[in-house]
Amino acid sequence: MKTNDVMLQTATKVVTFIILMFAVHIFFAGHYTPGGGFVGGLLTTSAIVLLMLSFDLETVKKILPFNYVTMTAVGLLLALATAAASIIFDVPFFTHAYDYFDLPLFGETSLHSAMLFDAGVYLVVVGVTMTIIQTIGEDE
Amino acid sequence: MSNLLLFPIIIPLFFAVILMIFPKRLKLQRIFAVIGAGVTLISAIVLLAKVDADGVQAVTLGSWPAPFGISMVSDPLSALLVVTSSIITLFVVFYSFPSIGVKREQSYYYPAVLFLMVGVNGAFTTGDIFNLFVFVEVLLMASYTLIVHGGEKPQLRESIKYLLVNIISSALFVAAVAFLYSVTGTLNMADLAVKIPQIEETGILTVIAVMFLVVFGFKAAIFPLYFWLPGSYYAPPIPILALFGALLTKVGVYAIMRTYTLFFTMNVGFTHELLGIIAILTILAGCVGALAYFDVKKIIIYNIIIAVGVILFGIAQLNQPGVDGSIFYLLHDMLIKAALFFLVGIVAVLFGTTDLRKMGGLIKTYPVLGWTYLVAAFGLAGIPPLSGFPGKLLIVQGGFEGPQFWGSIVILATSLIVLLSAVRIFIYAFWGEPVETVPLKGSVFNQMFIPTVILVAITVVFGVGAELFMPFISGAGEVLLNPSIYIDAVLKE
Repeated sequence: MKTNDVMLQTATKVVTFIILMFAVHIFFAGHYTPGGGFVGGLLTTSAIVLLMLSFDLETVKKILPFNYVTMTAVGLLLALATAAASIIFDVPFFTHAYDYFDLPLFGETSLHSAMLFDAGVYLVVVGVTMTIIQTIGEDE
Repeated sequence: MSNLLLFPIIIPLFFAVILMIFPKRLKLQRIFAVIGAGVTLISAIVLLAKVDADGVQAVTLGSWPAPFGISMVSDPLSALLVVTSSIITLFVVFYSFPSIGVKREQSYYYPAVLFLMVGVNGAFTTGDIFNLFVFVEVLLMASYTLIVHGGEKPQLRESIKYLLVNIISSALFVAAVAFLYSVTGTLNMADLAVKIPQIEETGILTVIAVMFLVVFGFKAAIFPLYFWLPGSYYAPPIPILALFGALLTKVGVYAIMRTYTLFFTMNVGFTHELLGIIAILTILAGCVGALAYFDVKKIIIYNIIIAVGVILFGIAQLNQPGVDGSIFYLLHDMLIKAALFFLVGIVAVLFGTTDLRKMGGLIKTYPVLGWTYLVAAFGLAGIPPLSGFPGKLLIVQGGFEGPQFWGSIVILATSLIVLLSAVRIFIYAFWGEPVETVPLKGSVFNQMFIPTVILVAITVVFGVGAELFMPFISGAGEVLLNPSIYIDAVLKE
């Protein structure tokens, strides 16, 4: 039986981008308000999973040809490197640094070394959840 | 303030992550795994030298002040344990080359071993009870991977049991931590040691202390919570079994050691007597198992349980010989268990079975293997001058000086059973009519045998040169018995 999924596919094409934009927003909001790399990563994954549900695994693999295990490793490295930078400056591990900068377009922005750590978390979360979902999904 | 004590945690993590990127490159996997474990060992030895020279090292992560941030503390005990566990991991990596199989090596085996190392070293180093939970989870995650690694039928069956038991005990762990926090308002171990003596209602704290004993007892496999251990440890292949047997239960033992000397000392008459009685029951239960089976792996696995009981009995005495003995015996046991599992692994490969009744006569074809095994078995039972002896002697002395002198008698008597159970393997596998062995290439045998012999040699040095190591051991015991040293190192920076 062939299911009619035109509506699902059409909606997905729009909704995926909304979810991804929201994921980015949540990720950057993370430092001073609720959000962060973990939630952002989960939202990104949910967008990709939505794509997988409405199209199929192979198509999504063509759109996003990532090796998710490598992505996890890169995320872990990024997080570890950010935390380990404190060793070079001879301050306790995980000590973060931040300052305010005047950026064009954004105005006064606070830039934070913890954001890099969070980017690592983001990559790990996307990598791990996608690996899990792909492994289960392929087993049919 | 120094980040040095974090190196034995960060280095294996870094190498594990690197190894995740190229799982199929066999040579690179092996090289990087050895470098990772080796560099970790070097950093651990440097750390031990630093702790020995400058006293207890502490760092509070993120530059937060001490009771609020997560403290990492390296006192002589934790530094010694980190060194020992790093040695064992390095040898397990060497032993894995010929024995674990290419297929496993190419499916993230070495990253999992290094992640396990991260968790174990972290659990030994942390000075915060919630962070201890986190590191225990890290090592459990890695152990879940390893126990099911390869996906054989018994592994799948046992991993479900293992997962269930550990998830339940982890849930209890969080609950116990929450209770502790609600009563004391802190989770930093040094701060707990300051606050707990000020609380007058010791009843609720005693309950919490017993809850922690249950939680750590699941991990350490004490009576009656050891039921999951023999089955689960039996399933994975020998290198993984050696890693588990040498390190995992010891994390639970270490956690009991730390909490029951540092801050759960408000009602010693109840909690430590309970610990002493449970320790003796653990020994007895282990002895029954060690004699009951004709399976080489099972016999050594039950010896893990016996050793856990012996170590905890020393801690329960809470006097200087008892605690020193426990520390010595703990280090001895980690090394000797790894060595014994290696030896038993070689024997099992040679006969193609783990059933003692189908073995025999190996002494004629592999005499060196036989005598090495005998040395290791004597070391396990504590025959002087091998490494089991000084620790057991001190523990027994501690028992006679404490209220539980009958426990010391049990330990002395059960030493004979331990000896019997270990020598039984020697009698069945090495004496008697030769049984046909599986042909094994000389190079493969050597690759398995050389790390084993070196590890046995290390235990012999540890036993014969006990006098050399005693300053470290008594230094570690001193910190355990005088919590003020630990507290000052963390809270006064």
